[in-house]
Amino acid sequence: MRYLPLTDIDRSDMLEKVGAPDIDALFSDVPEEARLSGPIEGLPMHASEMAVEKHMRRLSKKNLAASDAAFFLGAGAYKHHIPASVDHIIQRGEFLTAYTPYQPEIAQGTLQMLFEFQTQVARLYGCAVANASMYDGSTACWEAVAMAGRVARGKKRKVVLSGALHPHYAEVVRTMAKFTEDEIADAPPSLAAKPDDDGLIARIDENTSCVVVQYPDILGRLPDLAKIAEAAHEKGALLIAVNTEPVALGVVKSPGELGADIVVGEGQSIGVGLQFGGPYLGLFAVRDPKHVRMMPGRLCGETVDAEGKRGFVLTLSTREQHIRREKATSNICTNSGLCALAFSVHMTLLGEKGLRQMAMENHRLACLAADRLARVPGVTLLNDSFFNEFTIRLGTDARKIVRALADKGVLAGVSLGRLFPDNPELADGLLVAVTETTSEDDIETLASALEGELA
Amino acid sequence: MNAPNASGWKPGTPVEGHNAMSGPDTATGNRALMLEEPLIFEIGHAETTGVDLPEPQGGANRLGGFDRAETIGLPGLSEPETVRHYTRLSRQNYAIDLGLFPLGSCTMKHNPRLNEKVARMPGFADVHPLQPVDTVRGALEVINELARWLIDLTGMHGVAMSPKAGAHGELCGILCIRAALEARGDAREVILVPESAHGTNPATAAFAGYKVEDIPATPAGRVDLEALKARLGPDVAGVMITNPNTCGLFEPDMKAISDAVHEAGGFVYCDGANFNAIVGKVRPGDLGVDAMHINLHKTFSTPHGGGGPGSGPVVLSEALAPYGPLPFTARDGDGVVHLVEEENAAEFEHTKAFGRMTAFHGQMGMFTRALAYMLSHGADGLKQVAEDAVLNANYVLRSLEDVLDAPFGHSGPCMHEALFSDKGFAEGLSTLDLAKALIDEGYHPMTMYFPLVVHGAMLVEPTETESKAALDQFIMALRSVAERVKSGDESLKTAPHYAPRRRLDETQAARKPILAWNDPDMV
Repeated sequence: MRYLPLTDIDRSDMLEKVGAPDIDALFSDVPEEARLSGPIEGLPMHASEMAVEKHMRRLSKKNLAASDAAFFLGAGAYKHHIPASVDHIIQRGEFLTAYTPYQPEIAQGTLQMLFEFQTQVARLYGCAVANASMYDGSTACWEAVAMAGRVARGKKRKVVLSGALHPHYAEVVRTMAKFTEDEIADAPPSLAAKPDDDGLIARIDENTSCVVVQYPDILGRLPDLAKIAEAAHEKGALLIAVNTEPVALGVVKSPGELGADIVVGEGQSIGVGLQFGGPYLGLFAVRDPKHVRMMPGRLCGETVDAEGKRGFVLTLSTREQHIRREKATSNICTNSGLCALAFSVHMTLLGEKGLRQMAMENHRLACLAADRLARVPGVTLLNDSFFNEFTIRLGTDARKIVRALADKGVLAGVSLGRLFPDNPELADGLLVAVTETTSEDDIETLASALEGELA
Repeated sequence: MNAPNASGWKPGTPVEGHNAMSGPDTATGNRALMLEEPLIFEIGHAETTGVDLPEPQGGANRLGGFDRAETIGLPGLSEPETVRHYTRLSRQNYAIDLGLFPLGSCTMKHNPRLNEKVARMPGFADVHPLQPVDTVRGALEVINELARWLIDLTGMHGVAMSPKAGAHGELCGILCIRAALEARGDAREVILVPESAHGTNPATAAFAGYKVEDIPATPAGRVDLEALKARLGPDVAGVMITNPNTCGLFEPDMKAISDAVHEAGGFVYCDGANFNAIVGKVRPGDLGVDAMHINLHKTFSTPHGGGGPGSGPVVLSEALAPYGPLPFTARDGDGVVHLVEEENAAEFEHTKAFGRMTAFHGQMGMFTRALAYMLSHGADGLKQVAEDAVLNANYVLRSLEDVLDAPFGHSGPCMHEALFSDKGFAEGLSTLDLAKALIDEGYHPMTMYFPLVVHGAMLVEPTETESKAALDQFIMALRSVAERVKSGDESLKTAPHYAPRRRLDETQAARKPILAWNDPDMV
């Protein structure tokens, strides 16, 4: 077998060395009745590289790839162009096949990269400190809620969720809250041109540990974070801002600048492909350095070596499970290292100028698309404000339209019926995302397809 | 077959009269191929970009008045500078591609490149998680096929595919247990965890709202069955057991442990971090396990990537499967694979799910890699994986036990990893010194100071993807270092001497944390 270097001669020499008559003698601790005598039944035997590749290619071809369609899906995962050098760098074996940098003298490559990554994320979010990443945006969101509980020392148990938070993120928070007994105050999203900031503020009280607001929100609108931050702080609550499209922050104010205390989000847009939902990249940052020791996840810090040379190490690990066990700030034992590398490489290629250009191009095309689609008879544009994603109303079940258009090779967007199946009043909403990969032809294709379908 | 270095040549042997590692200082601080690399913030510029994008064209602005006024402070580099920056950084890393990586319990095995190729096929890499399901049936089939493998390999009833990593899988399993107990109106508050467990186990149980209590171990490094039985009662929700355990030993009483826990109304969580030792040989389901996470990045060869991403599907017993989280996949009678989410859970008779652990459907990019690996090995090859992993570990154990103390070496064979202690080290020298000296020999050190039940623990897991020649050379290096640490060689205290960095000051890093770069001109 191509992945196993031992030969049968090696095996018998080694068995002799260890004093075992046969391989099963090494499994003598396994009770006889639990030991399998041969390969597990019902599973195929080994296969050549060529055969496996063929099998997987057949499965791959059953899917409609985003690049083979006019493509408008977003809702927390975005299709952006990833420069070829990003994938090249993350496939270097020294990055790909390294472990967590627990031996810093021989892991400076990963560590310096993480230090750069943390700085890039902190700056993008307008925060003091970002960690070395979490699993994805939705789990980072829950971790932020849990952290807010620690900051409140468990004395405040109410978590106020914006109705326009990504429903999957909200569901992760609700799931975890069932077990931690936090009280979740959420509200159904409403199809309005502006986010209901005042309604959200009205739900904050003295018992509130945090307010969770998505920016831009699930319908693409931009809430007034500064106003919400002020209201939250007045009641002693933290503002958690959630961002699922980091490209937006190239042109809009950062959540930290607007007063958010914890900023979390999904970093997939920069450097990480769609990949059917994972692995993605959870970003996590705090505005005030005093909160650093409450943070979950790995942190990389600068130090010096015995010769005084600058170097980097994982630090403040007394927060973490391998030291603190049941008193840790989180049970997380991973970061999304390779995705963080992809993000950092892509962000370095962009630089501030490139990020801004990319963001402007996204916004320009999104404005074009919004105006064009609004001219389709039966379609109305919901949003007053948006970045690269907006909601249109079709006056009919958007889910059916999305399915019908998929048959024509147009991936029209994410229907609100898919995202909020329990809210029939949202069923005619369609969330449309536009990025620099969208051509004006694609927009025309979508508009004409909608015209055909709604006629 | 030729022995390695049969010519007598050894790497780094200086020619007489010369010393390869000394020499004058250089103007750059570089030493030939060992290149120092500044931070992007020191070499990049906000106006430099390595991507050609259109200049902003003005036009509409619908940003709601939230336009960014301040600069962000993100430096850019051109493409050649970017490639060079990261290539230089990469060369400061140790990796499996460079050599044996004996981190116990972490299972650093070869990462097949076919996996990488498969994961990049457009039907997997370039599909959105919320596309209409009819456009992603092949992706759902991958998830379903992998789920089938995991169920068959473990002899369990169901599997939750969405957990993002091992610890996330642990949380999933414990939440299933809690949901099952709550469903029968039986609130319990304690989870029992052995002292030798990974730190994630107690952290997970605490995160799920449980009190954590220790289970004592026997002098032979196993769970003390009698002590466990004595502690079981109506307040114990379950136990978390790692099997094979972190001492590298199989728990021979596993079935009796499970029976006792079930008898007392609790559930058995098995930490599957060490499944590599028994894959294809033993099915945890036959030992009474109710839930077990599987680290696809350990047993099933997906890359560790410098700390992640992982992937931690959780196999579940018949008693716990109904509580598994959404979403998951299910194949219907016609062979069509469906995505089961909140809205159609009832159709698939899955109404008791405890909730959702993450947006979307799990680590697809890891699923494709793991499935390619399983298909490559097949049922026969996976059995061989476990056998070779165990053989390699025993070979290391028996080749070193005369120079390093193996606290459980007398009690029989180990599984996939060999455990040593610092007994017999010269006064003043520690496991850390030995580990750092191993770096100079060209190896990543083993897992140090874990498990906590052994003093100065060194946990060596060679994995099955090392050849006998590679093991022999590693053993030679470790013997040499062990002899030096026993004879009191003071030079070990300042090791490593030849790595890109000497020992780093971790105390300073924690006392005055510098967690982001600050422009000295801006301070």
